[in-house]
Amino acid sequence: MPQYAILIYEKETPGGVADIPPEVMEANLRAGEHIAAMGAKVVTEHALQPSATTRTIHKGGMVTDGPFIESKEVIAGFFVVEAADLDQAIAIGRLLPIMDGAVEVRPLLAP
Amino acid sequence: MTSVADVVADAHRREWARVLAATVRVTRDLELAEECVQDAYADALDAWTRGGVPDRPGAWLTTAARHNALDALRRAGTLRSKLHLLVEPASSPGPDVSGADLRDGAAAGDDRLRLVFLCCHPALAAEAQVALTLRLVCGMTTPEIARAFLVPETTMAARVTRAKKKIAAARIPFRMPAPADLPGRLDAALTVIHLLFTTGHTAPAGPTLTKDDLAGRALELARMLRDLMPGEREVRGLLALLLAGHARRATRTTADGRLLPLEEQDRSAWDRAAIAEAHDLVVGALRGGRPGRFALQAAIAALHATAPAYEATDWAQILVLYDELARVWPSPVVALNRAVAVAMTSGPADALAEVERLDREGRLAGYPYLAAVRADLLRRTGRGAEAAAEYERAIALTGNEAERSFLVGRLAETAPPG
Repeated sequence: MPQYAILIYEKETPGGVADIPPEVMEANLRAGEHIAAMGAKVVTEHALQPSATTRTIHKGGMVTDGPFIESKEVIAGFFVVEAADLDQAIAIGRLLPIMDGAVEVRPLLAP
Repeated sequence: MTSVADVVADAHRREWARVLAATVRVTRDLELAEECVQDAYADALDAWTRGGVPDRPGAWLTTAARHNALDALRRAGTLRSKLHLLVEPASSPGPDVSGADLRDGAAAGDDRLRLVFLCCHPALAAEAQVALTLRLVCGMTTPEIARAFLVPETTMAARVTRAKKKIAAARIPFRMPAPADLPGRLDAALTVIHLLFTTGHTAPAGPTLTKDDLAGRALELARMLRDLMPGEREVRGLLALLLAGHARRATRTTADGRLLPLEEQDRSAWDRAAIAEAHDLVVGALRGGRPGRFALQAAIAALHATAPAYEATDWAQILVLYDELARVWPSPVVALNRAVAVAMTSGPADALAEVERLDREGRLAGYPYLAAVRADLLRRTGRGAEAAAEYERAIALTGNEAERSFLVGRLAETAPPG
């Protein structure tokens, strides 16, 4: 089955995870069961540290503090799923509650 | 007498989508399926010339194309598992290769619908959706599509190729959308057809006001969708909208291509049968719950089309419909057209205030009709100098020669030289 990266973009909250409303947390935690029930599979999943911990390496080798671009939403986490097709991957993306940002579904090159 | 070439051309226009969709089932690859279908049409010309035209040309072509596909797959020795570029629904039977493809007559099962939803998938850019629909559903050639959209052939070829690659890479399925997704996906497909019609009805650029071929194709697509999904009210609405617009096509310009505004069009030359069909469809589309944006636009178009004279247009009712349309589809273009109805019900000054608000909002920057409507309203409130400036802005923004000459004429009336 093809693999898709599901990238979660959200505005960062000052208190980090503690600021996430319980119903959002709950929906995130339950996504795994729904994904399994759809016949798809989570390959890997990662939540990211706040973007302030980012170090960006530019083309010339210069290392800067913070993310590459200033943006309102930053990647909060990502996971990789194996799904039947794009529509199923999009359905998985829809399971995730969006507070302020967006969820991006991106096909991966076949290994 | 009809020549065999005409019969083939007619079958191309009417059967292409069905033949291609059935062939994609075998190849699971768009590119290969297209080649096989093209070959089948080429063979048809020869075979039908020698042996006569078959009773059911579409079935003949489908059989021939699928036969070509099986041959090609055998020659390539490719395992079908390597060709899963398009995903079949889990419950569907495997490719049926036993001759003429006559299964799946049910509305939800028609392969042509899968093809439409594939081409109009929201993961594709709007311009790619339009190009693919014309290429795969209507069977138009890439040079034809390039000409219709006034882009170089190479640009259009690259656009189509990129879109096909994306379908394969992202695995956009050849399948009916899930029931929960259907309203959104259907809206995307209707939007593509509407955009096609809009481009044909008033070309954004070029020497002539209309591109009748594109408008005709859009109308055929809308009719096909209505036949395939007769229960969908928005599909009926779209078909009605297109019919009501198309019914006026003969009267929208003079013999020498000059644009005629609605109030100067010869209503006796409008296509009465098309208008009657649109009217019946509108009645059905408005019934049973809150109407959608296509049904409402169709209702407005039908009111115009059934008004016995421009002066007899029911502007009050049109304004009510625009109010509802603005609620279900909050778009600045809707607001601009609503302002025209406001001008007719409560005078140009009220409408002008609305148009100026839209202008300040900035979302219609570069939209020639904003300047044109504003110019018209200024002219009617007796502010000639300001109207002239707006006409000049509209002239600079429009790419359509017929519209440009119309606006130049209005400018001359507004600000006589000297």
